[in-house]
Amino acid sequence: MNKVENNKAWFLVLPMLLLVAFSAIIPLMTVVNYSVQDILGRSAFFVGSEWFVQTLNDSRLQSALMRQFAFSFTILAIQVPLGIAIALLMPKKGWQASAVLILITLPLLVPWNVVGSMWQIFTRGDIGLMGYGIRQLGYPYNITRNASDAWITIIIMDVWHWTPLIALLCYSGLRAIPEAYYQAAQIDRASKWAVFRYIQLPKLTNVLVIGVLLRFMHSFMIYAEPFVLTGGGPGSSTTFLSQTLATMAIGQQDLGPSAAFSIIYFLIILAVSYVFYVTIMNMQKDKADNISGGA
Amino acid sequence: MSQSTMTNTQAQSASPEKTAEEGLTRAVSRQKGESVGRNRFLLSIYLVFTLLPIYWLINMSLKSNREILSVFSLWPQALTFDSYIKILTDPSWYMGYVNSLTYVAMNMTISILVALPAAYAFSRFKFIGDKHLFFWLLTNLMAPPAVFLLPYFQLYYTVGLFDTHIAVALAHCLFNIPLAVWILEGFMSSVPKEVDETAYIDGYSFPAFFIKIFIPMIRSGIGVTLFFLFMFSWVELLLARTLTATNAQPIGAIMTRTSTASGVDWSTLAAAGVLTIVPGILVVYFVRNHIAKGFALGRT
Repeated sequence: MNKVENNKAWFLVLPMLLLVAFSAIIPLMTVVNYSVQDILGRSAFFVGSEWFVQTLNDSRLQSALMRQFAFSFTILAIQVPLGIAIALLMPKKGWQASAVLILITLPLLVPWNVVGSMWQIFTRGDIGLMGYGIRQLGYPYNITRNASDAWITIIIMDVWHWTPLIALLCYSGLRAIPEAYYQAAQIDRASKWAVFRYIQLPKLTNVLVIGVLLRFMHSFMIYAEPFVLTGGGPGSSTTFLSQTLATMAIGQQDLGPSAAFSIIYFLIILAVSYVFYVTIMNMQKDKADNISGGA
Repeated sequence: MSQSTMTNTQAQSASPEKTAEEGLTRAVSRQKGESVGRNRFLLSIYLVFTLLPIYWLINMSLKSNREILSVFSLWPQALTFDSYIKILTDPSWYMGYVNSLTYVAMNMTISILVALPAAYAFSRFKFIGDKHLFFWLLTNLMAPPAVFLLPYFQLYYTVGLFDTHIAVALAHCLFNIPLAVWILEGFMSSVPKEVDETAYIDGYSFPAFFIKIFIPMIRSGIGVTLFFLFMFSWVELLLARTLTATNAQPIGAIMTRTSTASGVDWSTLAAAGVLTIVPGILVVYFVRNHIAKGFALGRT
């Protein structure tokens, strides 16, 4: 769409800008402020980059960061293919489509701490269906003692919780493909794989980029679910970035280092998101170019 | 498979071309029938996976604690609604739901009101810094709440909003306003600009056009946006819990009460959990036909 150049549009944006700025810029500046000062009681000293150096060398944070990346990439590797597969399987119209849609959306509507409680109840060895079932099969499943059990359980929980997002995104992407494309493929006797590879997947790239972006962001902020389910344990095997930070900032009141950590954390997300943002924008531009080129 | 069916029919029939075509259609539809059956089966497996933890939560909520801890059973042996009655009659419990719904409703109202004009500006106009502003908005969507925990606490404490509903509603604006702008911008951009131009020629002023013509045109988009605002404000707990103490405590914070020194009150915890899912189901029912498009942020 050709947009009109008009700087009065700023007036339309202004109320939104003020509100978001109140929630974003003031707190961010506070964090920046803390990150370069040492605060002892009422007096503060400027310490420059000291907290940043300390934070970057802190082995606890380094390992939390590693775990975070491992977690984010694992869940993306499972959720993206699974989400696409489910979207392909979903019925296309009628009451069944509505019913499946509502059922699939359910996990997204459960408050995050309730997701943790729900899976805690579900996976306990004594009262949980999954925990009890696995123990009956002869495996001593225990998420409070065994780190790999805890890891796998958190991955399954996250797959349960967030695969619907990818599935619904892809479902809407698939609905946007004109029926004529499929008819043409049928005439050409295209195999199912060919239909997927050359018709469906290209149409899905747009929504998939959004999906991967949202999933990456949210997985990087994961807090309540593992906090309730495993408490970050056993040991610190499932303590991800947010929990490490929250413990530091609220629990130990280490203002300087936790503020420096916040900024590093934010910058990582910002960098990755910027790559996604540029990709999305370029894709939309390509699309626009193609349309105007064709006309 | 379709190949062999085709040759068979061709060999047997007098008018080969026509029957070959029929044979092909039949083979295709049989193949389709088989794959529909298999699709249904695979999808059911996934749905069972989705529903099982929820079923288990409901199961637990309908048992007494004594039954939960003494026997393992797939359904309640002695059905009891005690936990639900306890939650729905005790103000210290049900006020948690009221508090949560209050700040969610406030947040939805504030977010949609400021996001509508902003999204319109982004979808229709070029202005100085528009791209930077849009990216800055998205970065807020990505800001981990844990980063802002301490500054939020101090900020709202200083301005005297600590432990009020509006504090949580404003804090949730951090990610909900950018989300609303993003989704609405997608829906608005799919409305042709000629609509605006025609309205101006017909003598509508901007506010009149926006309220009387434009908003009704994108009402499904607004519905979906409201659903997302509800969803993300309803499920967030970290900020909500940090910014409240007693008067505006969300249900998620009250639920931690079930875990005491003498053990966990599983039945009440499960019942409280089930009740947190109910509002979501009600809301999703209303937008079920538009939800798929909403998840693609109006961009398909």
